[in-house]
Amino acid sequence: MDFEFTKDQKMLQEEVRKFADAHIAPDAAEIDQSRDFPWKNIKKTAEMGLLGIIVPEKYGGSGFDYISLAIAIEELSRCCASTGVIVAVNNSLVTYPIVAFGTEEQKQKYLPALCSGEKLGAFGLTEPNAGSDVAGMETTARLEGDHYIINGTKRFITNAGEAGTFIVFASTDRNLKHKGISTFIVERDTPGFSLGKHEDLMGVRATANCELIFEDAKIPKENLLGKEGQGFMIAMNVLDVSRIDIGAQAVGIAQSALDESVKYAKERKAFGQPIGNFEMIQNMLAEMATQICAARFLVYYAGHCKNKGMPRFSRESAMSKYYGATIAVDVARKGVQIHGGYGYTKDYPIERIYRDAKILELYEGTSEIQKIVIARDLLK
Amino acid sequence: MDIIACIKRVPQTAEADVKIDSSGKDIVKDRLQFDMNESDTYALEEAILLKEKFSGSLTVISVGTFDAEDTLRIALAKGADNAIRIKAEDFGELDGYKTAQLLKAVIKDLKHDAIFTGCIATDDYYSQVGVTLAELLGMPHASLVTKIEIDGNTVHAYRELEGGLLEHLAMSLPALFTIQTGINEPRYASLIAIRRAAKKEIKVIGKEEINAEDIVSFSSLEKLFTPPVGERAEILSGTLDEIGTRVQGIVKEKGLL
Amino acid sequence: MILGEKYDQFRKKVQEFARNEVAVRACEIDAHDEFPWDLVKRMAELGLFGLYVPEEYGGAGLDVLTYAIAVEEVGRVCGSTGIFLAAHSSLGVYPLFIAGTEQQKQKYLIPLVRGEKIGSFGLTEPNAGSDAAGTETTARLEGDHYVVNGTKRFITSGGVADIIVLTATKDPQLGYGGISAFIVEKGMCGFSAGKEEDKLGLRGSITSELVFEDCKIPKENLLGKEGEGFKVFMETLDGGRISIGALALGIGQGALDASIQFTREQSRKGKPLYTMQEIQDRIAEMATEIQAARHLVYHAAQLKDQGQPYTKEAAMGKYYASRVGMKATSTAINLHGMLGLTRNYAVERFLRDEKLMEIGEGTSEIQKIVIARQVLGK
Repeated sequence: MDFEFTKDQKMLQEEVRKFADAHIAPDAAEIDQSRDFPWKNIKKTAEMGLLGIIVPEKYGGSGFDYISLAIAIEELSRCCASTGVIVAVNNSLVTYPIVAFGTEEQKQKYLPALCSGEKLGAFGLTEPNAGSDVAGMETTARLEGDHYIINGTKRFITNAGEAGTFIVFASTDRNLKHKGISTFIVERDTPGFSLGKHEDLMGVRATANCELIFEDAKIPKENLLGKEGQGFMIAMNVLDVSRIDIGAQAVGIAQSALDESVKYAKERKAFGQPIGNFEMIQNMLAEMATQICAARFLVYYAGHCKNKGMPRFSRESAMSKYYGATIAVDVARKGVQIHGGYGYTKDYPIERIYRDAKILELYEGTSEIQKIVIARDLLK
Repeated sequence: MDIIACIKRVPQTAEADVKIDSSGKDIVKDRLQFDMNESDTYALEEAILLKEKFSGSLTVISVGTFDAEDTLRIALAKGADNAIRIKAEDFGELDGYKTAQLLKAVIKDLKHDAIFTGCIATDDYYSQVGVTLAELLGMPHASLVTKIEIDGNTVHAYRELEGGLLEHLAMSLPALFTIQTGINEPRYASLIAIRRAAKKEIKVIGKEEINAEDIVSFSSLEKLFTPPVGERAEILSGTLDEIGTRVQGIVKEKGLL
Repeated sequence: MILGEKYDQFRKKVQEFARNEVAVRACEIDAHDEFPWDLVKRMAELGLFGLYVPEEYGGAGLDVLTYAIAVEEVGRVCGSTGIFLAAHSSLGVYPLFIAGTEQQKQKYLIPLVRGEKIGSFGLTEPNAGSDAAGTETTARLEGDHYVVNGTKRFITSGGVADIIVLTATKDPQLGYGGISAFIVEKGMCGFSAGKEEDKLGLRGSITSELVFEDCKIPKENLLGKEGEGFKVFMETLDGGRISIGALALGIGQGALDASIQFTREQSRKGKPLYTMQEIQDRIAEMATEIQAARHLVYHAAQLKDQGQPYTKEAAMGKYYASRVGMKATSTAINLHGMLGLTRNYAVERFLRDEKLMEIGEGTSEIQKIVIARQVLGK
């Protein structure tokens, strides 16, 4: 793996960093409290081309690689975890599967609006009774003439409340278990499709996380993504990519915790000197910085594997997510410790960062699932 | 309209702990972030806006070392057509006068109706290059410009003065403007534009192309140093709130309130 | 640990109260930032505020271990109610109990123990958190009164307290030696409660600034001797650490309880969660660590009850119980999956509440310094 960024990766990082500092960071505390979806900033990310980072130019995307995607997600997440998740979902969970598995018609029909932010994307895989266990899916789809009829409920779907285009998984044959799962592109105004409860989450609170409810929802036959029964394969393939980006979110969130802590350690005084002079604080800062660097390289390495076109890199991407999430939670915890009582209040960003970090261990496969993925690959 | 914008890559020192290096003439730059000088981003944006309005070409020029090409490429991504780097490493120590001469040596051979520079560089605070360059090229100029209107061959440049006064200058093209921050809202380069700009050639001009014999500095840098803390000075540290409370206390103590 | 019939029965009694009356209120207390006046009244009726205080002062005449059990059991269902019990008993009642004159005890201790008045402890300042010697609040004697100026921050129950034990210095240059303790009553001229903190957790607990502007405190409200404030608060903090340790333990136990319940009820791929090895692995780890923390906390309480030095043990109990409690609440969320992040389950509240245990009354880092000093010999 080359440790040097390419010219365009370097420029992308510089430009996204400046953009995020100037436009994303100032709104982070407010949208955390209000849970208002940050449309104004999402439109700006669309103008920069951040909603279709890996989508080819001819479909309205930016045509970048997977390391670049991770770099951009890290920079956004560093300034606002909610915004980072929203953008990551649109990129790796929605545009990516259409790029990878869509027909030419599907690409032309859906990608440009996803890239421009006109119709934001959401990814409906998780169900109330099937989280990390995809094969336990209860949502069904049956073909009737030109349409699939979908019934069931999806839960914890990021962006759902504001999205226009949904990737939805449903079982076309429950007897076949995971081999009976298929993938569909569902538009927001589909008859029989509605939104359920808006989740009140501990962290990443501005992400319009909602339930999806399908009651005899009619989906045109041509909206099947891939073939019938390919859903499980598609889900696994997509999760391999998106876990890189959860890793990138983790690195961004952890980096913000470190930045805040360094700043605080320099300005806060105790016993007549800045607390940064104390070895115990230095010890924590050093651990945090090292953990972040290690996690970042795991993320880049998983991105590199995808760039190389490796057919399977589940282990690498699971490592990126598992380790990133673990250290982000730990780094944020240390960040609060360094801030002392102030870290427990909303006067400092570290309180929000601490809450935001936790979800990293849970969505798109809990840390426990990541470890199973890694271990199975090792034991194969 | 053919436009030239002069930009500089500078370290971001506003929130960094700046330390002086062993030469005593420069700061330690290892861990600093670099970026386009702030007022240059506004100058560049103003140049792009004019180019978009009147069509023509936009060339960006920077006197800098190899890394300055990153900054030039960002300018290309934002909308410049050509980029030129004058190799700073070929010309030794630079003051504002010498930098202006180098720019002049290149710009005199380029078509130009208007030249834009930032009003000040945040690394050396000379605030000389733009104005000196205009004098060397023998063209009218306006400094600290906060608004520009072009009407045929006449330019109306507005400058902000102390006390809320505005000054309105009229001049004919070609002319040079040093731009104040806040005149516009600088854009960010889109990802597609970045990808394209990354592939573009940047023209590099060094001592082979510029006759450096007559190009001299008027001043030389002796040393950089942090002033010793005066006995009557009290350096306040802590969070903003704490500093605020302390200032309030001092003002009260001294009976100023 | 076999504590004996007496403690077991007491625990059962508190558990009954906690389960029937506190648990049902915990979620709304957190969601609406509600100070639980009703539960404060009930705890007073049950005599939970003076467990270790002799009967002559209205207490139960029991011991610190009993008190730790009470905090643990209340904290197990509601951190906000638990922290009130801990702060009122350890920080409000205790300094008066150890340092008060007979007169002060009659006037202030008894109403606190009976729960007629609410107590609080004003030590932390904006610029003096873990570093109490940096106290900037000043008290100067003028005739019959001390005149106090300064600001205290992060004071648990500060905004609702009737009686506050306050530390202030004669001269900030004097360090520890300049600090004295005072008893302040709500309503005293020049004293007001400032801003209330908007906190990550313990949202039913009121954490306030206390502002003193030429506040006049009668001379007889000096607690202990002049210049001995340091001694009073060090002893108070040592005792307080036992209660924070007990609360950390209780919240951790609450997270374990929730995890056991959840993994019993839920299944994955048709298999109940609790039958899976990976789940058992985590439950076993949580249970073991919490039990170890319980031993440490109880041990510190027993040492204190026996009149032996317990500084090191109290710090160890608080440090370790908050550390493993934090881990337990975090693991509990992971066992719940995404559901764990929603307010439908208690575990996200437990995590937010538990985090304070690593910070309040000396951060974990400070506890480690205390422990290291004791272990290495000063």
